[in-house]
Amino acid sequence: MTTLTPTRPPGDPGGPGTPGSPETPGGVPRRPRRGTASRAQRTEAAALVIPATLPILVFSVIPLVTGIYLGFTNSTLRRNSTSEFTGLENYSRLLGDTFFWESFRIGLIWAVSVALLTLVAALGLALLLNADLKFKGITRVLALIPWAMPPVVVAIVWRLIYSPTAGPLNAGLEAVGLEGVNWLGDFSTALPAVIVVAVWSGIPQSTVLLLAGMQQIPIEQHEAAAVDGASSLRRFWHITLPALRPVIFAITSLDFIWSFNSFGLVYVLTEGGPGGKTMLPMLFTYLEAFTNRNTGYAAAMGNVMVLAVVLVLSGYLFVQLRRGKAVQS
Amino acid sequence: MITRNPLARAGQYVALAAYLVFLGFPLLWLLSTSLKSSGEINSLAVNLIPEQFAWGNYPQALDRQNLIRSAGNSLLVSVVTMVVTTLVSMPAAYALARFRGKLRAAGTAWILVSQVFPAILLIIPLFIVLRTLQLNDTMFGLILVYVTFTLPFTLWMLQGYVAAIPRDLEEAGSMDGATRFTVLRLIVFPLLVPGLVATAMFTFVAAWNEFFLALVLIQSPELYTLPLTLRTFIGLEGQTQLGPLAAGAVLATIPSLVIFGLLQRRLTSGSLAGAVKG
Repeated sequence: MTTLTPTRPPGDPGGPGTPGSPETPGGVPRRPRRGTASRAQRTEAAALVIPATLPILVFSVIPLVTGIYLGFTNSTLRRNSTSEFTGLENYSRLLGDTFFWESFRIGLIWAVSVALLTLVAALGLALLLNADLKFKGITRVLALIPWAMPPVVVAIVWRLIYSPTAGPLNAGLEAVGLEGVNWLGDFSTALPAVIVVAVWSGIPQSTVLLLAGMQQIPIEQHEAAAVDGASSLRRFWHITLPALRPVIFAITSLDFIWSFNSFGLVYVLTEGGPGGKTMLPMLFTYLEAFTNRNTGYAAAMGNVMVLAVVLVLSGYLFVQLRRGKAVQS
Repeated sequence: MITRNPLARAGQYVALAAYLVFLGFPLLWLLSTSLKSSGEINSLAVNLIPEQFAWGNYPQALDRQNLIRSAGNSLLVSVVTMVVTTLVSMPAAYALARFRGKLRAAGTAWILVSQVFPAILLIIPLFIVLRTLQLNDTMFGLILVYVTFTLPFTLWMLQGYVAAIPRDLEEAGSMDGATRFTVLRLIVFPLLVPGLVATAMFTFVAAWNEFFLALVLIQSPELYTLPLTLRTFIGLEGQTQLGPLAAGAVLATIPSLVIFGLLQRRLTSGSLAGAVKG
């Protein structure tokens, strides 16, 4: 170990330990100076890497790869049934499955709306919290509560709010002379109603991330622009928003993925009803796998969901990169 | 933003108040419902402040729907998941943060990729394996699945904390002739403790709040975790159960809330949120 030199730059890719990883068994030529130490380092690194990679392989890679593979089989949960590789059969069947595509469509509307509305709401709140206002402290604390709540509890809270008979929302509407609505039971209001709940529970995390991003913008930029007579709207548009672009990209992408793959909140709120109007893809695949017991077919649906998310995200990334370039030039 | 105009300032306060109501009112309503008698809930009057406080909902919730037993189950599963996941991810997080090259690239890519996969693709194979081993519908099986489910996230968070420890410190240690494990034990580990605690707490909350995987795996009511038990209250709504349901929901939120409270400074400063986001 004494051969290590303190002058080595911190980011040097040839740092100690690299040779030990199973994937790179010292194939990269070392600098001769370090040759004597590399064997001991290799053993040490291997002792670290094996307990590091094994759990990831056993607990994460293998189950997921198996899950993907099951999407190409006719596996079921029925007793004594065998699982055979059926190639693309599940997918050709899926093409004609209108119920699945309807659920898919609902899932996309839901995920895009949740991601965008959460962003807009969180951006507004972050701007307010970043401004020098009173009641900032209580708002910050309060904003954490929806974040900490289990999704099942969030769903219970909002079932109380939306309750057609005893809910405060309808009581408020009736107080001003409007008619009450069966929010979660009506075909036209069920999906918007569950979207509002998801936005409510998503605001805190996004706000915190945006706020952290805003606090990194040098105050001088704003002051200089203000001196030049730029209105706060223009400063927001030309300074704050461009600086936040990477954070915004990360937040909307994650919100989109998490919403598209979410289950608990809507399952407890509506169970996919009324009439399948809130049947998110995860609810649909859950029923297919554990009620109809067609695990192979359900895994195929899962694979299609992954494909959709990847497609949407790469499109988003492409637009993002192009816009980034346009700004630079 | 710097705003000097008093009119704009007033507008900002109005907006802030709107956010406060939107975020806060549902919580107040939950608390209020948890303190209402069934008679008041079923009456047509809708008040935020109960006519008389029905504290009895809380003991009733604990008593009638076996909330205590479920809380015990949840606690067991969450604590074991937290300990196992954190221990298992420690060496991996260190390797991810420090080793360069293909391993790091593959590990990082895997963590990000695994975020895209819906839980259904994870739970189907695990369910089949656990059923073959007759481990579905057991606490052990659930813990195993929770470790799988929390691992990528825990790993990601923890490697962020490792990366924040300056390499120079480790190198100084090795210069003095210490082996890597001595360096890890005496230099890295003490510096990592705060990050380790935060990561462990987040893993705990993830397991405590989880619903979907438990729904798939657990069938016996005596093994129900809190979210599963709370769900069984639903559907009995509109009857006498609403008060105890709200009381149970309040109680189920408390552990996660306490943890978020403890981590609040890190959360709001964005340092932890940044780690979460990656």
